[in-house]
Amino acid sequence: MISTHLPVLQVAIPLLAAPACVVFRQATVTWLLALSVSCISLLISISLLWQAFTTGEIRYELGGWAAPWGIEYKVDVVNAFVLVIVSGMSSVVLVYARESLQHELGIRRIHLVYTGWLLCLTGLLGITVTGDAFNVFVFLEISSLSSYLLIGLGPDRRALTAAFQYLVMGTIGATFILIGIGLLYMMTGTLNMTDLSQRIPAVSHTTTIHAAFAFLALGIALKAAVFPLHYWLPNAYTYAPSAVTAFMAASATKVSIYLLLRFFFDIFSESFSLRTMRLNEILLITGVIAIFSMSLVAIYQQDIKRMLAYSSVAQVGYMVIGIGLASATGIMAAILHLFNHALMKGALFMALGCIFYRLKSLELNDLAGIGRTMPWTTAAFVVGGLSLIGVPLTVGFVSKWYLILATLERGWWWLAVLIVASSLLAVVYIWRVVEVAYFKPAQDTEVNEAPMSMLIPTWALIAANVYFGVNAQQTIRFAGRAAAELLGLP
Amino acid sequence: MEHHIVLRVVAKSFIPVILLFALYVQFHGDYGPGGGFQAGVIFGSGIILYALIFGLQTTKKVLPQSVIHHMTGMGVLLYAGIGVLSLIKGGNFLDYSVLGATPAAGQHIGIMLIELGVGVTVAFVMVSLFYSFAGYRQKDLDDPAAEDDDEQDWIEESDQE
Repeated sequence: MISTHLPVLQVAIPLLAAPACVVFRQATVTWLLALSVSCISLLISISLLWQAFTTGEIRYELGGWAAPWGIEYKVDVVNAFVLVIVSGMSSVVLVYARESLQHELGIRRIHLVYTGWLLCLTGLLGITVTGDAFNVFVFLEISSLSSYLLIGLGPDRRALTAAFQYLVMGTIGATFILIGIGLLYMMTGTLNMTDLSQRIPAVSHTTTIHAAFAFLALGIALKAAVFPLHYWLPNAYTYAPSAVTAFMAASATKVSIYLLLRFFFDIFSESFSLRTMRLNEILLITGVIAIFSMSLVAIYQQDIKRMLAYSSVAQVGYMVIGIGLASATGIMAAILHLFNHALMKGALFMALGCIFYRLKSLELNDLAGIGRTMPWTTAAFVVGGLSLIGVPLTVGFVSKWYLILATLERGWWWLAVLIVASSLLAVVYIWRVVEVAYFKPAQDTEVNEAPMSMLIPTWALIAANVYFGVNAQQTIRFAGRAAAELLGLP
Repeated sequence: MEHHIVLRVVAKSFIPVILLFALYVQFHGDYGPGGGFQAGVIFGSGIILYALIFGLQTTKKVLPQSVIHHMTGMGVLLYAGIGVLSLIKGGNFLDYSVLGATPAAGQHIGIMLIELGVGVTVAFVMVSLFYSFAGYRQKDLDDPAAEDDDEQDWIEESDQE
């Protein structure tokens, strides 16, 4: 009985818990509430994924109003997979967040952080689960507004300007998306995604639809931090509280990439997006520039949190290249990388949070010798870094393997070479940290290991990096089915 | 504002009417223009007018910060709670038809309560925004730590008049 309502409970439970946090106010109570709600969301999304994988698409009519008129939630393997990523990362990071947030922000008004967190989770899950284009915008605003709050809470005063910068860019992005949806509505008279995809072909030659396409592409690319539109990301990730950065890096841009896939392969048909509008060429070029320029910029950063933030932009580049290849394998590689990148970046940012917990700084020079004083944290960083580079037995290898496979399928061996070459740049920036951490004498030998409540979730993610790197069949099956669904293959 | 007798007298006679009008807009939203958002804004502005004329301190005696915070959450809880109630009663989320004896009656009750939730949250968010800005004095600007001080401090310091 309850199982038919799972798609809406996915969104409704965090939505209910968020105001409840405001009412309870007590730090431990709100943390427990947020954590348990997040775990319930994870269970729901896993069961949705399994249901979608075995029995096919799940549809849910909100308020009992039939589909093209009412709001419909539609779950297939593509978005169920993203739901698992978002709720899973939120749960793991929340375990870690209690100690980290208390230390970085102090105890006062911490309940508001969890309120914001739950609202952000609601928004991200809502964007993913909904089958209604306008509903996407509503949830996008919920998640964006709460993420401005979460970033602005950062321990450094510069967090405020970073949040403001993100607010300006994010609002432009959201407005573009709204304009795009409005133009689509003007031409088709519907907001339901399935309905839109059926009606767009008849009017797809009009300039209005072309303009809608352009607005949507720009708006979504801005939110996803696709290369030339990534301006907001490094500052936002650098100055946000560590736990928030780990959560956002592992979920927010992933959801935007999902939107990109949903809009351009599902709502606009693949042939319109790729052949008429030639989106794939743009994505390929910006993707290749991103993986090189952003990795190079990352090499020259002194603040290692900022270094990883730039690396995130580069990693979005790999996803975008996968989409730009426009083949089943390419899109599968992109979807696989959504999951894998969430694991590696989540783990890396959590390791940085552990370092910050003890050192109060993430400047490269202050990290001297932490390989000896904080062995577990540094080891976690190293394994996460290896995964980021794409060393075999880690998830990074699996994504790059399929990405290279997709380029070779197209016969573009030069692109395969470029992808491997850019991975070498990742070796450089991860090595800089390793060198300082292990081969320089410690400045302060009094530094201890981070608390267990932070180390365990970090290592859980690291273990997941290795587990899904060795045992990748399941994720590959889900990603493969998701790609087939998007391309309309059997 | 002690000496602005005209303002005080006019405001005193207006504020009850404004609050009453907000309730009218709230509950007449089913039949005419209006609804939760508009009603919330009108209700909130009634309280803000009171605070402008009689000072923040007096207003906070009636509506302390903690009440405001609770109420903003309560509105959302009411909204989502109705959704869950309709789930429990056997319908889909936010399917009001199952809430009453007949579907029509159910829809009526449902939309009324949903709009009430919207109204409550909007009204108290408006007041909360006003409190934050009105309570932000030069001292807070000089000393950023003061911003985090206990809410009790806000109440004592924020009356500018």
